[in-house]
Amino acid sequence: MREMIRYILWRFMVMIPTLVLISMLIFTIIELPPGDYFESYVEELKAIGEKADMQEIEALRARYGFDQPLPIRYVHWVGGMLTGDFGYSFEYRMPVTDVVGDRLWLTVLVSTVTIILTWLLAFPIGIYSATHQYSWGDYGLTLLGLIGLAVPNFVLALVLMYLANIWFGTSIGHLMDQKYLSEPMSWDKFTSILEHIWIPVIIIGTAGTAGMVRRVRANLLDELHKQYVMTARAKGLHPFKVLIKYPLRMSLNFFISDIGSVLPAVISGAEITAVVLSLETTGPMLIRALQSQDMYLAGSFLMFLAFLTVIGVLISDIALAILDPRIRLRGGATK
Amino acid sequence: MTSRTDTPSDILPHYVRDTPFDPYADDAAAGTMPADQASQLKLMWWRFRRHRLALISGIALLLAYLMIVIVEFLAPYKVHTRNVEFIYAPPQSVHLFHEGSFVGPFVYGQTMRLDMQTLQRVYTPDKTDIQPLRFFCHGEPYKFWGLVDADLHLVCPPENSQFFWLGTDRLGRDILSRILYGARISLTIGLLGVMTSFVLGIVIGGLAGYWGGWFDLVVQRVIEVLQSIPSIPLWLALAAILPVDWSPLLVYLGITFILGLLDWTGLARAVRSKLLALREEDYVLAAQMMGAGSTRIIGRHLIPGFLSHLIASATLTIPSMILGETTLSFLGLGLRPPITSWGVLLTEARTVSVLALYPWLLFPVLPVIFVILAFNFLGDGLRDAADPYK
Repeated sequence: MREMIRYILWRFMVMIPTLVLISMLIFTIIELPPGDYFESYVEELKAIGEKADMQEIEALRARYGFDQPLPIRYVHWVGGMLTGDFGYSFEYRMPVTDVVGDRLWLTVLVSTVTIILTWLLAFPIGIYSATHQYSWGDYGLTLLGLIGLAVPNFVLALVLMYLANIWFGTSIGHLMDQKYLSEPMSWDKFTSILEHIWIPVIIIGTAGTAGMVRRVRANLLDELHKQYVMTARAKGLHPFKVLIKYPLRMSLNFFISDIGSVLPAVISGAEITAVVLSLETTGPMLIRALQSQDMYLAGSFLMFLAFLTVIGVLISDIALAILDPRIRLRGGATK
Repeated sequence: MTSRTDTPSDILPHYVRDTPFDPYADDAAAGTMPADQASQLKLMWWRFRRHRLALISGIALLLAYLMIVIVEFLAPYKVHTRNVEFIYAPPQSVHLFHEGSFVGPFVYGQTMRLDMQTLQRVYTPDKTDIQPLRFFCHGEPYKFWGLVDADLHLVCPPENSQFFWLGTDRLGRDILSRILYGARISLTIGLLGVMTSFVLGIVIGGLAGYWGGWFDLVVQRVIEVLQSIPSIPLWLALAAILPVDWSPLLVYLGITFILGLLDWTGLARAVRSKLLALREEDYVLAAQMMGAGSTRIIGRHLIPGFLSHLIASATLTIPSMILGETTLSFLGLGLRPPITSWGVLLTEARTVSVLALYPWLLFPVLPVIFVILAFNFLGDGLRDAADPYK
């Protein structure tokens, strides 16, 4: 138990420099475009022949420290985020936290459900493919998975919308009924989300599932070709028991550590799918914010998505340490 | 040695072959080289050849890349040719027989009628209007590679009619021609992006593995950070930086660079770990003993040791670059219209209502899927072949 606590603490310590580096990177990226939101806003107003309220703009500029040098602004930004102030969205003229609303939680919800579905599908399929190597089932599933990898997410979304349009005559966009949009969470809203969520989950999950099936299969095959499996078989152990007792446990390890590579892909996929299906998650808003140089909004979104990934990896590492004593005893010196 | 020395030799006559013993005679007769004499390259080729699907994919990709050299000749129209009388024309099928008699490849002429109820263009094939296709013909003039004037095409539309095998888009542009021209951008962007990430990966990973120390530590952290940020949002953020007033060529190079910039981490990691592992090998020690300098050791012994692995894993990242470009362009943050790539073509099919009326706008996704599958198979085959001794 003491090792466990020490490991978790150590893991948290490692997370901090990563997050600091990520925030620096994101801040650099959103600062890179020449000019700021105010300049493009004033230009825009000039173009339609109106005069901007320079006083208000100067006030906003001073308030958000646009007249100060870069490092100080960075410290302001990070310091604000730590105290729950994510800055001000210039386009919406509201604090970022109000603009974002529960979009963040919906992103978390969609990603989590997708990952759970990916697991539920990939694990049995991977086991089947590995134990029935080179059978017709294996080939068929491999081909299906490859197609899942090759079809771009947004095309899949478009085709599903198109088919739903033809078969059911309904539009399947959005993540909930529009009347619940600005309402607080209620049972009706929750069921409405549940009704809508399966389509984005399927779309986002395909590529991840296909990749994971491939890795589970390869990993399990490696394990199945080891000598201890042959020994167990030679001693007359039931094939199912041979599979469950050792090789499966070994590949379970990898399975959990794989979250680290699946999560960024799932979040990426979620962003694109969200744009096509106009989901109430971060995707469409992120793109608009990036295009209009609404830097606090874009920066907070990017930071949040990266944070989500880092937390996901943290959870998978801790789960791995609970499962595998070798990791927590070695102090996390994994490859 | 045997216990049968006392048996009479007339039962089994003693026989000595005069020719010198050649252990490889059987192999030579079979027309193959023995495995222990073949060069590593040859072994890899043998191994690769056994992977049938990878071989076919490799040939198909080679053909595709050859094709983009002569796109002007292959495409029936130019990339921006607008046929104002044929807006959103559906795909025309090529027929060989007309009412049971053989005519050769031809299409039926089309007549357009505007449905006043739905304001939709309805095209109906005119079964009496037979328009034979022309091959190796002089059609629309073009500048080959923007340099040489020419007008030779593989297939031209009939003299007084049109030939839209995959239909047309909202400006009446032929989708087949646009897919062919788009291949030029979409296929090269993957290669150029991989080259960028290859150079970055080898240099950074190589230095980290060779120097070690603080540089290695910093590189390791940076790689961790880059890998933990979801790639699409980061691509989007970087692509949003590209100024709107850049010329198409600059945007193209910029997108290529962005795709490569985030992709080198995997390669750098592979180079570093391979370099660290190979440095301890006996043959490196032997080379050092014989007085080889570090340049020679790296160039002659280390790089060939992992180059094949690198090429294989680079091949496997090309599909993600092609998908990345397609996605960025589709979202409106990648390439922009005068440039024609598959992603730009797919932006035409952005909404369901357009898709429901004109499903043929989705045709550009077929080459995307095909190329991604082919690169995946090729990469798998190369990865198996990279280590022929296994």
